[in-house]
Amino acid sequence: MENTPEKFAHIKGWGIDADPKNDPTYPMKNRLNLEQTGYSWDRPTLQAETVEVLHSNERPNLTAVFGTALPPSGLSGMIRRWAFNYSENEYRHWLPLIIADRVNVVEGVLDDFMHGKIPNIFSEKGYPAEWKHSRGTLIAKMAGVAIVSTAAILLLSGKGKKKKRKTWLKPIE
Amino acid sequence: MLAMNYRGPKRVRIDEKPMPEIRHPEDAIVRVTRSCICGSDLHLYNGNVPDTRVGTTFGHEFIGEIVEVGSEVTKVKIGDMVLVPFNISCGKCHFCRQGLFGNCHESNPEATAVGAIYGYSHTAGGYNGGQAEYVRVPYANVGPTVIPEGMDPDDAVLLTDVVPTGYQAAEMGGIQKGDTVVVFGAGPIGIMAAKCSWLFGAGRVIIIDQYDYRLEFAKNYSQCEAYNFKTDMDDPVLFIKKITDWMGADVVIDAVGAEAAGDAMQTITGRKLLLQAGSATALHWAINSVKKGGIVSIVGVYGPTDNLVPIGNVLNKGLTIRANQASVKRLLPRLIEHVLNGVIEPKKLITHRIPLEEIADGYRIFSAKLDNCIKPVLIPPSAR
Ligand SMILES: NC(=O)c1ccc[n+]([C@@H]2O[C@H](COP(=O)([O-])OP(=O)(O)OC[C@H]3O[C@@H](n4cnc5c(N)ncnc54)[C@H](O)[C@@H]3O)[C@@H](O)[C@H]2O)c1
Ligand SMILES: [Zn+2]
Ligand SMILES: [Zn+2]
Repeated sequence: MENTPEKFAHIKGWGIDADPKNDPTYPMKNRLNLEQTGYSWDRPTLQAETVEVLHSNERPNLTAVFGTALPPSGLSGMIRRWAFNYSENEYRHWLPLIIADRVNVVEGVLDDFMHGKIPNIFSEKGYPAEWKHSRGTLIAKMAGVAIVSTAAILLLSGKGKKKKRKTWLKPIE
Repeated sequence: MLAMNYRGPKRVRIDEKPMPEIRHPEDAIVRVTRSCICGSDLHLYNGNVPDTRVGTTFGHEFIGEIVEVGSEVTKVKIGDMVLVPFNISCGKCHFCRQGLFGNCHESNPEATAVGAIYGYSHTAGGYNGGQAEYVRVPYANVGPTVIPEGMDPDDAVLLTDVVPTGYQAAEMGGIQKGDTVVVFGAGPIGIMAAKCSWLFGAGRVIIIDQYDYRLEFAKNYSQCEAYNFKTDMDDPVLFIKKITDWMGADVVIDAVGAEAAGDAMQTITGRKLLLQAGSATALHWAINSVKKGGIVSIVGVYGPTDNLVPIGNVLNKGLTIRANQASVKRLLPRLIEHVLNGVIEPKKLITHRIPLEEIADGYRIFSAKLDNCIKPVLIPPSAR
């Protein structure tokens, strides 16, 4: 069947951007082959380094402009600094960064406490919205949490262990 | 000022934070009037992007008013209402000069494999984002674009990411007139990719997701076929083969990325254990359902380590893979035209307007796909 504009008249704009020259880099890249001249462009004014900024060791310097949010600090910061000894090619770069992120969460809670703030995890997790729009899911989720934590408490207390062992062993006795 | 504050996986809140400051002569400060939550934010929200520091403000899709400019800013002035591309780009490096504004080499010191993105972890430059009342906008001569007279702010905010990304997804598909295009993911990006596929002359457009409400929307908005991979089929690849005369699609677009559902092994290793850089289910399906010699276009975002995909099939089928963060600035002139001419109507995607103060609920609604959510927009108090 012919793919004529008439056939697709019901679709506004059909075919108006069709381009037979669409090759693997065209038109995403306006191929000027500038890279062949290396790291040689006129750099923008360099931002002053007022806070500690880690940079990938796959480049020689900081970029001309960078974010200054949350410089590395505490234990998570130490892990992040270590991670930046390794290139983006290495797990030794990325895995420690994820671990640092998790450590940072604990640091965040401690920091809240130090500022006299008790984080309202129920609202931070947006559970009020889930309560409103998908109550069943939230109840199931909370029930799951309750079951797991009760089981954990029972298992950790000797009392729970004994009780469970009794019931399990009974049929065999 | 009020700003979103990331506290850990799936924990965010709104807090008072210090006002952003000019740190570089090409900086501007923007008073945000609208910002969005994006599928990309979910990778951060779920704690899957390395070097996401507690205290970060997310938000890479925003518009607002210029309230302060550095000494080298000449292209915009105080009082201008601007839309700000999500990529931070210098305009001078070799990559920017060739139109690769998402791959700038002068804005993200932390990683060479990713450009800089507002509010997108330190792996993307360590900038705070626009889910706040004010935000620092570097390279203000390059990114911020004055919102054209008469353009609805809801359309403008979607031009910062959703429209260019959906458009580039279709563009990278190298779609020729009559091609069959399959789009995995009926989120804002997939819906826009399906819509834009027609602009390049697609002959047939098929979208696949797991949520009927999104598929229903896509069917109407993107004027395409829509199928649910949970209820309409057992095996999506086989299904696509069957409905394409056993050939596969000419072009398959991955508009899902790292949070993909649909394959337990991928979900456990990619999303729960983080042994891969996210779950690559949709990409796996894309590679296997495209025709021999076909093109896979990836805009779904994955992390910086590895993913399990059938690369042997890419080789044996002779596939072309094209992928990138959208180069928003490159595409804006064309897309502003399309929006002003009514060819694309972005604001129809917006289902939720959420006060900035209720951001935690906003994230939960968008992440868990509650209340038939497609695209949520956050409105700061000063813009209400
Ligand atoms: N490259 C870029 O420049 C760029 C820009 C913006 C967003 N993105 C990425 O695009 C992706 C989508 O963003 P969004 O805002 O539409 O997110 P979204 O979460 O709203 O949509 C994702 C959709 O994919 C569906 N899905 C999950 N698993 C699937 C599977 N196996 N097959 C088909 N569909 C599946 C989900 O049900 C959901 O509807 C994200 O990965 C995001 O990071 C990329
Ligand atoms: Zn986005
Ligand atoms: Zn650049």
